[in-house]
Amino acid sequence: MAISASEPLLEVEGLHKSFDGNVVLSGASLGVPRGCLVSVLGRSGAGKSVFLKCLVDVLQPDGGTIRFDGKLLGAGDAAARADFRRRCSFLFQSNALFDSLTALENVSLPLEQTTDLSDKEIVERSLEALRQLELDAHRDRYPSQLSGGMQKRLALARAIVTRPELVLFDEPTAGLDPLRRNAVFSMIAKYQRQFGFTAVVVTHDVPEALVASDRVALLDKGRICFEGVPADFSASNDGVVHAFRDSIATLGSSLAAIRRGEASSSADP
Amino acid sequence: MLRIVGRHTLHIVHSLGDFALFIERSFRAAIGSRKIVRRIVRAGFEQGVRCVPVILIVGMFTGLVLGLQGYYVLNKFGSEGLLGTLVSLSLVREMGPVLAALMLVGQAGSALAAELGIQRNTEQIAALETMGVSSHAYLVAPRLIAGLIVYPLQAALFVTIGLVGGALSGSVLLGLESGVYWSAVERAVESRDVRECFMKAAVFGLLTIGLCSYHGFNAHRNRSYTGARAVSASTTRAVVQSCIVVLAADYVITSFFV
Repeated sequence: MAISASEPLLEVEGLHKSFDGNVVLSGASLGVPRGCLVSVLGRSGAGKSVFLKCLVDVLQPDGGTIRFDGKLLGAGDAAARADFRRRCSFLFQSNALFDSLTALENVSLPLEQTTDLSDKEIVERSLEALRQLELDAHRDRYPSQLSGGMQKRLALARAIVTRPELVLFDEPTAGLDPLRRNAVFSMIAKYQRQFGFTAVVVTHDVPEALVASDRVALLDKGRICFEGVPADFSASNDGVVHAFRDSIATLGSSLAAIRRGEASSSADP
Repeated sequence: MLRIVGRHTLHIVHSLGDFALFIERSFRAAIGSRKIVRRIVRAGFEQGVRCVPVILIVGMFTGLVLGLQGYYVLNKFGSEGLLGTLVSLSLVREMGPVLAALMLVGQAGSALAAELGIQRNTEQIAALETMGVSSHAYLVAPRLIAGLIVYPLQAALFVTIGLVGGALSGSVLLGLESGVYWSAVERAVESRDVRECFMKAAVFGLLTIGLCSYHGFNAHRNRSYTGARAVSASTTRAVVQSCIVVLAADYVITSFFV
């Protein structure tokens, strides 16, 4: 896949979304360069997942424009939407695996339903995806029989099996332990480089995102208030970015203080 | 008062239109859907094979009761010989398709509504759409097509086992000559009755599977409940409405045939 970093694959302009008068997005704009891994950061409830779901039409935005590969994804343009869906994958926060299908059937499903591959080719490609994510030994297990981390990897296998150009990750590390969190980010970065897809990761795991991403964006009060490379984010003196970074540092020191308190109280006779 | 009636009427009209569009969208999506035959077979298995025991049990007892009641009523007029006529016409024209449909709603329809509701809740339906797979084609259309095929077959099974039940009651238990019973059955049932039976069953299949799919698929639209409560509420609504629709449609279709 030819990668031209200067050319944006996805352009979002002025996205608006509200629920019963509660404004979640109020003009969010983001450019995603082709071949890059872009992390969208923000506090819990900032609207990060809503932003992603508006991109893939799971939620209908109230306003704004989305362009994919230069083409406008209008509400009535079914052909452009179908092309976008064919070339894009979405990894849900809840994984959204089909609980009545085995791991292999889950991964095969998008190939079975959207391509003209033979049954043999579908199985081969699905097994290859499972192997890449170290799940081939669990091919006949159902999602409920897999651990949380395995389910996440299975969802990723399903997302990449169609070899998409754009993969959107909604909180891929939610609910994982720190080691797994690191492993998932490494995995995303590794496959993103290996397969050359463009990735948008919505997360609040700032340290991992800063290491793994080519670019980061900060969503605050319904708008993208920072967009740039991780080094600029770390060095930024912008008030909102500063406050966001501070809140993480404060959280870390509060946790350390609680731990110190626990240690001293347990040391008391 | 007028406002309330108007609001409810508008709501019913809107829901009917929405339901009709749901069915139409599902059949349209089925055209060109990949590997749909495999999914129709799987849905047919759910509605067919899995429901055979309940159809056999209810069909047998319906036939036994019809035979018993019919024999004593006809005996008062010295017309026990017409027992086969009474049992066969009752089963073929009315009880076979109606009771088979009600049993299928209870077993396969409720399971279908709950399954789709859970799939909606756990974002499995949204996941299909993001993959570019039509959820109507993948989840709803195979069930509707299977319903059109399976309901008439189940009605036929119900009628057959019901006739056997009637024979057990009339001939084995009450001493009516077996040949009299079966020859009355043969004389009474015409191809028109069989056609009516199959047509009713197919219509019930379309309506009930459609309703159960519709309520499960749209469980998230429930404004009163969310989560598991929304699934249970949509399943209950699907079953209740399906039962009412079966009886209402039966009346309408019968009025055309009589």
